[in-house]
Amino acid sequence: MKPSPFTYHAPTTTAELTELLGTLDDVRIIAGGQSLMPMMNFRFVQPGHLIDLNTVGGLAYVDVQRDFIEIGASTRQRFLQRSQDIAKHMPIVGEALSHVGHRQTRARGTIGGSLCHFDPSAELVNMAALHDAVLTLTSVDGDRSISFGEFGLGFLTTSVQPNEFLRSVRLARWPEGHGYGFEEFAMRHGDFAICAVSCLMTLDDRGAIDRLAVAVSGVSETPVRLTEMEGRLRGTMPDAGTATDLAAAAGDIEAMSDAYITSDYRSHLARVITRRAFTKATERADQRVRA
Amino acid sequence: MQMRSFGQSIKRKEDPAFLTGKGRYVDDIELPNMAHAAFVRSPLAHAKIKSIDASAARAMDGVIAVITYHELPETLRQRRLPLVVPVESLTNPRLPYTLARDEVCYVGEAIAIVVAENRYIAEDAVAQVMVDLEPLGVVADCRAGLLEGAPRSHLGADSNIAATMPSVTGDIDAAFSNARHVFKESIFQHRGGAFFMECRGAIAHYDQFSENLLVYVSSQGVHRIKRSFHELFDIQDSKLRIVTPDVGGGFGPKGSYYVEYGAVAAASMATGRPVKWIEDRRENFVATHQERDQYWDVEIAVDENAKILGVRGTLTHDNGAYTPWGIVLPWISVATVPGPYVIPAYDMTLISVITNKVPTTPVRGAGRPQAVFVMERLLERVAKELGLDPAEVRRRNFIKPEQMPYDVGVIFRDGRPVVYDSGDYPKCQEVALEAINYEAFAERQKAALSEGRYIGIGIGNAVEATGLGPYEGVTVRIGTNGNITAYTGATPQGQAHKTTLAQIVADHFGVSIDAVTVETGDTSNISFGIGTFASRTAVNAGSSAHLAGQAVATKVREIAAQLLEVEPDDIELTDGVARVKGPSNRFKTLRELAVYSLGKPGFSLAPGMTPGLENTAYFTPTQSSYANGTSVAEVEVDVETGRVHINRLVMSHDCGRVINPMVVDGQVVGGVAHGVGNALFERMVHDDQAQPLSTNFGEYMLPLAADVPRVEIHHQETASPNNPLGVKGAGEGGTIPTIVAIVNAVANALAPLGVHIAEAPLSPQRIIQLIDEAKARSVA
Repeated sequence: MKPSPFTYHAPTTTAELTELLGTLDDVRIIAGGQSLMPMMNFRFVQPGHLIDLNTVGGLAYVDVQRDFIEIGASTRQRFLQRSQDIAKHMPIVGEALSHVGHRQTRARGTIGGSLCHFDPSAELVNMAALHDAVLTLTSVDGDRSISFGEFGLGFLTTSVQPNEFLRSVRLARWPEGHGYGFEEFAMRHGDFAICAVSCLMTLDDRGAIDRLAVAVSGVSETPVRLTEMEGRLRGTMPDAGTATDLAAAAGDIEAMSDAYITSDYRSHLARVITRRAFTKATERADQRVRA
Repeated sequence: MQMRSFGQSIKRKEDPAFLTGKGRYVDDIELPNMAHAAFVRSPLAHAKIKSIDASAARAMDGVIAVITYHELPETLRQRRLPLVVPVESLTNPRLPYTLARDEVCYVGEAIAIVVAENRYIAEDAVAQVMVDLEPLGVVADCRAGLLEGAPRSHLGADSNIAATMPSVTGDIDAAFSNARHVFKESIFQHRGGAFFMECRGAIAHYDQFSENLLVYVSSQGVHRIKRSFHELFDIQDSKLRIVTPDVGGGFGPKGSYYVEYGAVAAASMATGRPVKWIEDRRENFVATHQERDQYWDVEIAVDENAKILGVRGTLTHDNGAYTPWGIVLPWISVATVPGPYVIPAYDMTLISVITNKVPTTPVRGAGRPQAVFVMERLLERVAKELGLDPAEVRRRNFIKPEQMPYDVGVIFRDGRPVVYDSGDYPKCQEVALEAINYEAFAERQKAALSEGRYIGIGIGNAVEATGLGPYEGVTVRIGTNGNITAYTGATPQGQAHKTTLAQIVADHFGVSIDAVTVETGDTSNISFGIGTFASRTAVNAGSSAHLAGQAVATKVREIAAQLLEVEPDDIELTDGVARVKGPSNRFKTLRELAVYSLGKPGFSLAPGMTPGLENTAYFTPTQSSYANGTSVAEVEVDVETGRVHINRLVMSHDCGRVINPMVVDGQVVGGVAHGVGNALFERMVHDDQAQPLSTNFGEYMLPLAADVPRVEIHHQETASPNNPLGVKGAGEGGTIPTIVAIVNAVANALAPLGVHIAEAPLSPQRIIQLIDEAKARSVA
């Protein structure tokens, strides 16, 4: 279980990095290496060149703005999990991160690496879907920003071009006091989710849903936002009936199957987990808050 | 004066090295000029080898050699691997060549060995060896292999059956025809492999000048590995040495001789360089022996009081592609079913089927967990049908202590009748039930159910043959510096032999265990050995350590008595000296006595005296010693997701006299963890062409720390009369009854939903399916 031969590059600036990306073929970028290194050791991936993002400065930060939080692509998962800013303004991200691997892997794994790997069950991919992420990609030609929908194309596939790298991601902020719930089912703690559901919610003065976002991941090849239900449930009371409607919508997502997990069980879990995430978000939502 | 060590929870002598990174495993050994090997393995479960083209690989920079069957030494081309345990009923034994000759019979079977300057290049070159395979029909399931017209798992075989063997006692027909109740179950069980932290590995160093072959190998017994080398290579005894350094887990499969070891030796002979091969984790999943599937069709006959009249049925066992251990594994299963219960009539037919998968050989528990699962599920069925408490059904059927020794009536795999030597089975269960407050559980369950929570309790009782022969030797020697050393063929993989054997020896000399060094895992240390497996070392090596230590201590007393001019009985051994009892303070040190015992150059020894303070004992047990245990689990099942949480796990365990309670606790807890994996997580998945799909720890799920409950252990101590120490084995007792205890608890929790369980392991997905099936039944 040794990787095939490759040439290692350690640029120190983004300019060097984009220069390398612009001139080399058959490149993989390594950040935390928690997915890429095993894939290389299994020889599932055999890049000719490996470019290390860890030596490039200025890519690890959390920047809180009025409408969004911008996170540098090299920011470690463990750093995010311990960030006071994240805990205060985006508490669901911390909750989701507790399901990402284990403390040791989080100490290396980065948000950018997780997003670019684009595993359909990855918690941070779910967070990007939930928070209407905007991703900034950089090449020798400069920056371009794209929406999460444009970024994720399918199973382990993104629209990042061979001459680009992911520089940062912006996650949209929700008002203080919003309700949130992250629920996941994995075989063991830290495993890839068979199903993970996140839910954000604000309530109006009456206690009815004012704004809702629900992202279901692990069920299909990319995370699914229950967009239609999010709109339809606006103005309804977040009760058991609402939860059941939402759960039914999650269960209707066309589910993957593999040698271990059937599509039936995935759909079953999607219903159960969605209801739980929604219920938890409801319990936490402050009724005085208006979006 | 030094306190007696036997029975004390003394900290393990091994741990300071392990905990400070000073353990020394095969991969830590670096020899000058060493080359590295990787294997070309079959990608198909069954195929004919049409041709192998290694020219491109051989031409690569850094590649030293590529060896296929055709380049092996002549003896390896002539001889297949030896059969460890031949028995009459094994009518269709199958053993591989060191490298596949013309046929591969499972995915992962070794076809060629590539030797290179480093492992990276070796793996690059493996990809360049072109093997032209013609696919053949595949036996991917042991039941399918029995069907009319099934493909044959080996070319030219008349049948896929390795062995058919009945185990019979009593009048089974009468038992069933007269029975008030007969209940039938079809039970499927899957056990995975061992998956030790340290994968297998070997370094062969063939010295072309001396013609000595030194092999370092991660094993459970160096002498049996040596014996296999002898059978395969024509090497003089004096020129062959096998060494096993520290081992990071064995659990059974490291007890086997594997094709890779001979291939690495052949590679060293061919290249004139030491050659290292370290198994990587993917190889570990496709090339190390495992356990796997057993299908049991069984029925139980009971009278109106739930007393067992008979048990009968068939076990269909997936043997895998080769039979290195014959039918040892399923035979143990069949002989273990009766457990702690009086079963007047028993008739179980074993059918062992050769499939196109990795060979199966014993993994911790060695077929016993499956047997216990069968018996305990049958008793649950009896309890349910007769409306009785499951604990009470067991009580009515226990063998009582006053019935010991108890002849079960069947023959064990050691060829001897299964005769339980000792044990108090009713008490063992009572202790566990009391600890978990079993009486009050029904109330707890009712209260939980009213909150929509499904909790359940489950019992597993097991009797385990431990301490199997034929022997294990120990040499105790006192050096002329006064140090006491014990040499043994027992080869530890984490069991703390260096502590427990030292405890036994130390007591004979009145010293602390720090004064006794235990040397293991080297064929140059002691002439013969069998190895550490089957929970046999405490009984065999422990008894030998006792006998050899006793003999040396006796000689020490005799020589000291002679020099101090007293009777041997007047001498006491304490704190490293032989002292005259009483206030006189006259003594000789062990060092003085060791020097004296060797004599002076030119002078004759005293008449009748033999040189040195040394003795070797090979204790041979007359039969197995039978340990027993009760596992009781309390679980909660999330009926929406199928997740099982183990709330409590109590283990009442009797391994005879306990040498070191802390060490036994460690063995039991580790064993329970293994049981949790087998009950809820571990599954080796293949596709319908026997292609293994679970080849990493993301797909093959071992329990993590958070999945294993705290284990509450209660030691019982019923001394075995079969050995001088009264000990029994402890290495597997944690695993054996735990799997069924957990599954029984899940079944108990889901009883209100009408769920019936006859399988292990249970995944959350499967639990949801079972709940859905029960709902469908109740609607229909």
